[in-house]
Amino acid sequence: MTRQRKGLVFALAASALAFTTSNALAYKVFVSNEKENTISVIDSETLQVVHTIKTGNRPRGIILANEGKWVIVCASDDHKMQVFDTKTFEYVKDLPSGPDPELPILHTSGNPLYVSNEDDNLVTVVDVFKGTIITDVPVGVEPEGMGMSPDGKVLVNTSETTNMAHFIDAHTYKNIDNVLVDNRPRVAEFSSDGKQVWVSAEIGGTVTVIDAETRKVIGKVNFEIQGITKDAIQPVGVRITKDGKKAFVALGPANRVAVVDTATLKVEKYLLVGQRVWNLGFTPDEKLLFTTNGTSNDVSVIDVESLKVTKSIKVGRYPWGVVVAP
Amino acid sequence: MNVSTGPRPRPARSVFCRPHRPFLRGLPFLAAAAVALLISPLAGYAQEGAPAASPAEAPAQSPAAAPAEVPKADAAADPSVLKIRILMAREIREDRLPPLSLLDIPPPDDGVAGAKLAIADNNTTGRFLKQEFALDIVQSASPDELVAEVKKRVDEGIAYVVADASAETLLALADALKDKDAVIFNASEPDEPLREEQCRINIKHTAPSRSMLADALGQYMAWKQWRKWLLVVGPTPEDKAYAEAIRRTAKRFGHKIVEEREFKYDPGSRRSDGGFEQIQQQIPGFMQGAPEHDVVVVADEGELFGDYFPYRTWQARPVIGTAGLFATTWHPAVELWGGTQFQNRFKRLAGRQMRPLDYNVWMAVRSVGEAATRRKTADPKDLIAYMRSPEFELAAFKGQKLTYRAWNGQLRQPILIATAKIHVTVSPQPGFLHQFTELDTLGVDQPETKCTAFKK
Repeated sequence: MTRQRKGLVFALAASALAFTTSNALAYKVFVSNEKENTISVIDSETLQVVHTIKTGNRPRGIILANEGKWVIVCASDDHKMQVFDTKTFEYVKDLPSGPDPELPILHTSGNPLYVSNEDDNLVTVVDVFKGTIITDVPVGVEPEGMGMSPDGKVLVNTSETTNMAHFIDAHTYKNIDNVLVDNRPRVAEFSSDGKQVWVSAEIGGTVTVIDAETRKVIGKVNFEIQGITKDAIQPVGVRITKDGKKAFVALGPANRVAVVDTATLKVEKYLLVGQRVWNLGFTPDEKLLFTTNGTSNDVSVIDVESLKVTKSIKVGRYPWGVVVAP
Repeated sequence: MNVSTGPRPRPARSVFCRPHRPFLRGLPFLAAAAVALLISPLAGYAQEGAPAASPAEAPAQSPAAAPAEVPKADAAADPSVLKIRILMAREIREDRLPPLSLLDIPPPDDGVAGAKLAIADNNTTGRFLKQEFALDIVQSASPDELVAEVKKRVDEGIAYVVADASAETLLALADALKDKDAVIFNASEPDEPLREEQCRINIKHTAPSRSMLADALGQYMAWKQWRKWLLVVGPTPEDKAYAEAIRRTAKRFGHKIVEEREFKYDPGSRRSDGGFEQIQQQIPGFMQGAPEHDVVVVADEGELFGDYFPYRTWQARPVIGTAGLFATTWHPAVELWGGTQFQNRFKRLAGRQMRPLDYNVWMAVRSVGEAATRRKTADPKDLIAYMRSPEFELAAFKGQKLTYRAWNGQLRQPILIATAKIHVTVSPQPGFLHQFTELDTLGVDQPETKCTAFKK
């Protein structure tokens, strides 16, 4: 082998290495656009929209399933869910739901799926592989938020007009307990140790922290932003870091994401993002957090370590939900 | 209404789509059934076109008779279930002329259907908290009879009265109940003095005042910079009161009323054949020779002529006020802030679209439900005090919490600005600032209030 050829091989190997490295870091961010009937797919490395998937009517809640091979989105106005392939972006199949499905969550084992039907006061339990409904669980008026305990035993559903977090046994579907929270609860999120459930209240303007074991309210996060009236602070999306130290709360028309110290329940910082920020999604390595900004039709990218908003990415009309696939 | 109380049958399911199910399938608990049963006699006579039902028919709905009517007793038999009854008092106004458009004829259950939905919503929450809500209704064309019947019901233990009644009747009601642990919700009357000089501590208002409605419109006109108004006022006292609210708004937000004209035309019989030929001539003639203006403001609360103005004015100008672009608490086309599900629930229950009166009544009944949820009691003293406290807040599909003004019991709320078909905007408009809440830029604010009844 000549010296020249050796050099070429080395260069090829190096470039191949570089290629795989960047591939490994790049996640796919799936953003449902409620008014455009699409999912925008963003490359987490280049922060560009790389693909747009056409969906059914009014795509909202969006999750991963089948070990990350599927992305499932609620097509709320079609009263069903749709499954797409996370690699090819091809349509896979429909899944049944009740009327007006809003937020799905997957059992920790990967099946079944639980979905809140906003128009029916029911949570529907669906087998994602068989595509069948297992049962319906009656809950309060306008069921919305869905949280799953890390041990897979307890499902928490919030109902927007009943103002409760319903604790449901994930296997027997029996209602275990109901915890009153502030007005119009939206998102329920378990801490990764399973000890707490955080429930945002959009109209109440607070996040209620519930002890998952005793189901007692153990604290409340309040928000105050200079120059923004209390009425405009409307918490929706909640995400807690895996180490349990920080919680991020999207504040709706206040156009900010609050960074909350989970030990003190005090807000450390408010990050200015796009307009009417609703839902949040971490990359699997938790380096980036993506926010859906409904009114400004964009997604803000938050660098989790430096707590800085680094970019905004134009997506479709009224981005609603976000999930990041490895 | 068919209410199944047994185990729910499994419907056939398609993988692709499931049909909508009837409203009550998701509410397999009983209080909703109780409501349906309590309401049905009313629907019967209301449809017969005999609105002045005598209160003598009412005892069938009395609290004593209620448990027998509840088909399944898991709630009724359980003594730990808190029972809360709400009374809707309707004053039948026979003197009201039918509106110009067939589309605007009020349904017989206007308002009542809103109460039914709120009772059902309260009960969905109530079943988790062992609270059960039920609705009674009294109605009469005679204010004296109505007041006497309400007083009787309150003496029997009802503490919450939702009224669709005139200002005079509301005042008579308030005075008749003044020493009782009871509260009246005014769901329909926009009268300003009722909230000001004449205010009563036992009346709360879920209906907006005329000044709130006028300010909501006026703010949007300021945003549009449509500042020059030609005001057309109808002959009734209500029209004059609305015009007064419009003048106050114009002054407050820097608009100019370039001229006022009184519209005295007597429309005569609405049912006479044709008639558009004359109107087509008459309205432009009436509007001729006006000074330069941006919009025509029509003050016609009785809906006797206002809808004749759009597209018939002398100059090509938009019409606002009680016709054309109008201010309202609710609109059947609104899907903002989760309104879609709310509208759907209503339509399934009532078989028609939700009207502003339904919404105002819903807010009143939900206020009691919200207070009972938070306080976990049925004690009227406690609940009424809570509804007066700053802790009370109501979520009502308006994108923010609604609260009652501490100085006169008026519910603060965003106001929709709409055409007959769709909403155009929601006030308060951006830029109208307030030191406490922007909602207080609508209507009479605390520093200007003449209400003293709420001062301790």
